[in-house]
Amino acid sequence: MAIHKVSGIETEYGVHTAGPDANPVSASSLLVNAYAAAVDRRTRWDFEDETPDKDARGYAREGALPPAVETHLANTVLTNGARYYVDHAHPEYSTPECFDPLELVCHDKAGEEVLRRSMLAAASVPNAPAVVVYKNNSDGKGNSYGCHENYLMDRAVPFTNVVAGVTPHFVTRQIYTGAGKVGTETSAFGSQSVPYQISQRAEFFEELVGLETTLKRPIVNTRDEPHADPKRFRRLHVIVGDANLAEVATFLKVGTTALVLAMIEDDQFPTKQLTLADPVRAMHQVSADVDLSTPLRRAEGSTITALEVQWEIFAAARRYAKEKGLDAVGGEQVGEMLLERWEAVLTGLESDPSSLTGQIDWLAKRSLIEAYRERHGCSWDDHRLAALDLQYHDLRPERSLFKRLPMERLVDDESVAAAVTQPPRRTRAWFRGRCLAQWPDAVVTANWDSLVFDVGGDPLRRVPMMDPLKGTADHTASLFESCDSPSELLERLSS
Amino acid sequence: MAEREQRRRSAPARTEADVVDEPAPASPRGEKLKADLDELLDEIDEVLEDNAEEFVRNYVQKGGQ
Repeated sequence: MAIHKVSGIETEYGVHTAGPDANPVSASSLLVNAYAAAVDRRTRWDFEDETPDKDARGYAREGALPPAVETHLANTVLTNGARYYVDHAHPEYSTPECFDPLELVCHDKAGEEVLRRSMLAAASVPNAPAVVVYKNNSDGKGNSYGCHENYLMDRAVPFTNVVAGVTPHFVTRQIYTGAGKVGTETSAFGSQSVPYQISQRAEFFEELVGLETTLKRPIVNTRDEPHADPKRFRRLHVIVGDANLAEVATFLKVGTTALVLAMIEDDQFPTKQLTLADPVRAMHQVSADVDLSTPLRRAEGSTITALEVQWEIFAAARRYAKEKGLDAVGGEQVGEMLLERWEAVLTGLESDPSSLTGQIDWLAKRSLIEAYRERHGCSWDDHRLAALDLQYHDLRPERSLFKRLPMERLVDDESVAAAVTQPPRRTRAWFRGRCLAQWPDAVVTANWDSLVFDVGGDPLRRVPMMDPLKGTADHTASLFESCDSPSELLERLSS
Repeated sequence: MAEREQRRRSAPARTEADVVDEPAPASPRGEKLKADLDELLDEIDEVLEDNAEEFVRNYVQKGGQ
């Protein structure tokens, strides 16, 4: 039986500082440090168990450097269980572990709110430059930065099955997860003219499977760093996605992927008939295909469109739900909501994509750009269109073009504001967040699978959290109520 | 097209009992969006960064993951 798909999203935000000496690393540090100071966060991240160079295919990597981990840079843990830090010259926000896709939408939005509050906090630092934050994935000049998803998986499932199954989903899900982009910026399309792409990220993918995340990016990333008991769990690190502003798009992105992974674990995914002959090329073809009509070559010879692949996966998901239920993605209620929305969006894409402009980023942005083009009669290479594209992702409320569009909401402002400070109740993020809120001075460092306490005198004490589904509000409510001090908590935990 | 329709019908075994009436969220929203777009276009030049060309040129990021 598939294991519960605990999930999270890590977003590298774009930063822009005016002026010739603009330094993105210091701008990013300014944001994180200003926010940490404003909310009085003292706990730092613990790198004890970070092994980003371990490969899921079972071998160690040779000759290449592990992804940079800049320990000296701003790096903090928040009371909602999130990690907020500087990575690769970008401020990065990793949501806490969430129980279901809807909760993850809420925490992804809370991340945007943290970045907005960071801009305000940074603006009040004397002599600091004005920093603007964008939730996108590229600068239009060939530089890309990621929005990664993470899903808890069963270690027992052979990784080759995971690769074979998720690949057709990753290649085709962009028809509703794409954030849209004016033009191209790599050599992925050769001499083909592509005025508007479905995805920000797709053209940066050059391999099917691999460990890299910053160059020669693979569709399936093999980083094997479970941040949990490595004997039982795997964490699938997904680097192929766009950063979404539309809540429906985020919901479908993480919900459909969680469900696909559950189907793969239960051997119920139609891998064989959906295997594509050239997934990397198909990835680019789908991104360039705003009419959703390009046939993709299958390994067995015939062709299929991205939309047809999604219909096949959806049909298999319906069958799976009937047979095995939807517990793996958070239960019947959220699972049914997911299936209904998935079907409605595929139907809309098939019959009238313009009906989805209030739900899907690439369609919302395109409608805006098309309307602007019509009014001003500009050609696709007009700078104003590229400016519109960028400003769609601007997180400043007064500048954001996304904010001005009547986009459908799945979570309300109140829940998002709560998620800025409060952790998810049904994962170990609860234990992490509550300890930080209740005893900020006693928690010296934190990471995904442990907390280190200093309760005076004794050596520092590490509390392991190797199961992402333990340490929930249900498990620990009485602990937090009855313990008056962190040493009492540690005593109770070890007894 | 016919082939796809056939496949879709045969895929999930669905009955009338499975059908739940929902308000159609997509279409009215789509129309509302068009009206709002017109309004938005009226003000967009004020919101758009002053010098689009310079703004776009200066937006340069270091590559990330």
